[in-house]
Amino acid sequence: MSDFTSWWSEETGAQELNGDIRSPASGPSRRALLKAGVAAAAVAPFLMRVDDAIAQGITPKRGGTLTSLLTPEPPVLMIGVNAQGPTLTVVSKIFQPLFTYSPTLDFVPVLAKSWTISDDKKVYTFRLQENVKFHDGQPMTADDVIFSAMKFWMTLSLRARIVFARIEKAEATDPYTVVITLKESYAPFMYGFGGTGFTIVPKHLYDVADLRNNPNNAKPVGTGPFKLVEWQRGSFIRLRRNEDYWKPNQPYLDEIVYRIVPDSQSRAVALQSGQVQLAGGNDIEPFDLPRFQAQSNLSVTLKGWEYYGPLAWIDINKRVKPLDDVRVRRAMSMALDRNFILQKLWFNSGKVATGPMCETTKFYDATVKLPPFDIAAANKLLDEAGHKADGSGIRFTIRHMPLPYGEVWTRLSEYFRASMQKIGINVTMDTTDAGGHTARMAKWDYETSINYIYQVGDANIGLEQYFTSENIRNVAFNNVGGYSNPRVDELLAKSRYATDPAERQKLLSEFQRIAVDDMPYLFLIQMSFPTYTTKRLNNVITTAMGISGDFDDVFLA
Amino acid sequence: MTESRLHAMPRLIGWRVLKMALMVLAIVVVNFLLIHAAPGDPASAIAGQSGQADAEFMRQLREQFGLDKPLPVQLWIYIERVLTFDLGVSHRLQRPVLTVILERLPATLLLTGSAFLIALSSGIALGVRAARKPGGIADTVIMGVSLFFYATPLFLVGIVLVLVFGVWLNWLPTFGMETVDVPLHGLARVLDVAWHAVLPVVTLAVFYSAVYVRLTRASMLEVSSYPFVKTARAKGATEHRVTWVHVLRNALLPVITLAGIQAGHLIGGSVLVETVFAWPGIGSLAFEALIARDYDLLLGIFLCTSVVVLVFNLLTDLLYLVFDPRVQAL
Repeated sequence: MSDFTSWWSEETGAQELNGDIRSPASGPSRRALLKAGVAAAAVAPFLMRVDDAIAQGITPKRGGTLTSLLTPEPPVLMIGVNAQGPTLTVVSKIFQPLFTYSPTLDFVPVLAKSWTISDDKKVYTFRLQENVKFHDGQPMTADDVIFSAMKFWMTLSLRARIVFARIEKAEATDPYTVVITLKESYAPFMYGFGGTGFTIVPKHLYDVADLRNNPNNAKPVGTGPFKLVEWQRGSFIRLRRNEDYWKPNQPYLDEIVYRIVPDSQSRAVALQSGQVQLAGGNDIEPFDLPRFQAQSNLSVTLKGWEYYGPLAWIDINKRVKPLDDVRVRRAMSMALDRNFILQKLWFNSGKVATGPMCETTKFYDATVKLPPFDIAAANKLLDEAGHKADGSGIRFTIRHMPLPYGEVWTRLSEYFRASMQKIGINVTMDTTDAGGHTARMAKWDYETSINYIYQVGDANIGLEQYFTSENIRNVAFNNVGGYSNPRVDELLAKSRYATDPAERQKLLSEFQRIAVDDMPYLFLIQMSFPTYTTKRLNNVITTAMGISGDFDDVFLA
Repeated sequence: MTESRLHAMPRLIGWRVLKMALMVLAIVVVNFLLIHAAPGDPASAIAGQSGQADAEFMRQLREQFGLDKPLPVQLWIYIERVLTFDLGVSHRLQRPVLTVILERLPATLLLTGSAFLIALSSGIALGVRAARKPGGIADTVIMGVSLFFYATPLFLVGIVLVLVFGVWLNWLPTFGMETVDVPLHGLARVLDVAWHAVLPVVTLAVFYSAVYVRLTRASMLEVSSYPFVKTARAKGATEHRVTWVHVLRNALLPVITLAGIQAGHLIGGSVLVETVFAWPGIGSLAFEALIARDYDLLLGIFLCTSVVVLVFNLLTDLLYLVFDPRVQAL
């Protein structure tokens, strides 16, 4: 990584912009943003959300401590070093991105006040906010942005590396202008360059050889509205208001305290009794959703997962007979009642899947449909495929490794077994714990299992690695099931570089249709983790990042 | 205690300590092999937590944790380190294992220590009371209640206590070790922690208390029938003195044995209660370490708990010497 140094310190050449500059914050996307009621105007982005609140008759109030929950406790509170959900929930208050995403996945300025993209989609020019200081008083400049991208994130984050590896050069044309030039146009670039996937860290503290073991990781210094002041491990994390925050009079809260409560029922009691005012993510078990929806002093929302877009599926090892037969996989898919799964296991927190993409993911195609739930048709298909039932009604036996991430996943595995029984497939359970699950998936040592994946806005960032042949590797969270279709490889490769949205839509629509026809995974549901707030608490979910937003406009009425 | 036995004690203790050291070494080896026998390793756990992985990243992690070396070499390196009192670094928390354990130890000791003392004292007192008049009202009530708590799973007791005192009556905090919304200092903080400790300590104490009650009562009744008790009464000792001096001292041996076993679990035996009440102790730490395949941290915790078990075994045996002059060897 040492060769990056020369890039930003010396080569601060002239601004490379092609004639016709188009701002992504103008035109239709801006109207969409305004319609969604989210800050959009590049001129005064930070005043909009407050104005919205005032327009609704609520005046933001300064002061108060917000007590929330966190499950499980993060191992370290440094962005990039750890990418778990609970870590992001906390560090997103400390570190900020150039821009974030609206619920419709349009772009909302944060540390970048505006930007332009060249017509060939190769040159991105970001204008930075000029009055931003890190928590230690140092100003944030273009150097920090370039360092964060080219060294910090490139070294630490695999997901960022996929995207940032496309960058040919990153230059500061003045202290508040960053020009990013890509090697070739890369369509999903903006979905890997914002939100919690790319936040700005101070170069003067993190420019060290061993980023992972940097002593500064223990006391994170960012630009965000809150600072980390106390972390009693196993007990709580305390964030305090950043008095020198760059938006005047914000944030509104004095403190945010995250309590670590390992037992789900104890967390439910804490929420019910008002000891905490906010719960989200994995804090509350799905089966507690209905009773909290009925509780009058709480509001529950499913919004705030549009960017992450979690989609659950049954993973199938396509090397195992007869799971290599597409007819078998289709029959298995048809034997699963997704409405049952959504209603009885997830208590309607989400939507049934219609294909490999979530509705909120860009270029989702609503015309793509899964074959309907039909046990008789599934049985017929298996008969045709030559898998006759024996005397006891069993066609064949497969193994299934449940996802060891909690109660609801175990129930899903039980439902899977019961459903497969109805079409004569005997399922034997093969349980392991979280560490074992990842290791065995990576070794291809499974027949069927469950996984849920984050789509992060764009198929070429969140989904590609599960579908292309080049990602058939002995590494978890890749194409471990061995799915290979040359046409899919071609579609996803073309979609990566396509500059015309209409063309990308065509390519990705065809991909979605093939994914449903080939059924390499049994797509189940588009998940959404409910966020529970006391009604006194305002502005919690305003972006597609949900509880991983910066909370600078959250207030207790 | 005779003179000769007192002189023999240092030698006996020395011998026992040597045996303990060998046992600790054996425990380290067995724990090490058991942990490595489980599928997955820290690298795969890290990948699983972050939902992303690539081959080079995994290789780097394994190299960093020394997992690329053959298992016997890893074991040798670990033993060498333990012998110099270096428990290594938790890869997940990126902090020294000893620091992490010492940070969590006070919370666990506060919880288990208070529960232990309450269980032991209340168990013995109630057991003695119940044995005074077998079949009487006090005996029936005490035995009934203790049977109830003895038979009820620990977590259920915890949940019921939370529901009654935390949710319905709203008298006591249901989780955590202290109030954090408003930081407290000095005496206010001590009282606050004590307040938070009520439910978890009671939950942990009632089960063991029930065991001590039953054991003390049975033992008291048995000893009461011995001829020396009759002799004591015949020489005019008060009923009070007969019960508390003559009978109880002899009846305590089985109670001490059990207390020794419970004391050995002071560190590791409260995972469940720590989890239910969000008590920031060693138990919850061990559980997280297991899930994350945090080898060094887990081995460090195992080592500490096994040393505590062995130390309390030794103390229990020494107490036998004090209470029962007939016990000669350790």
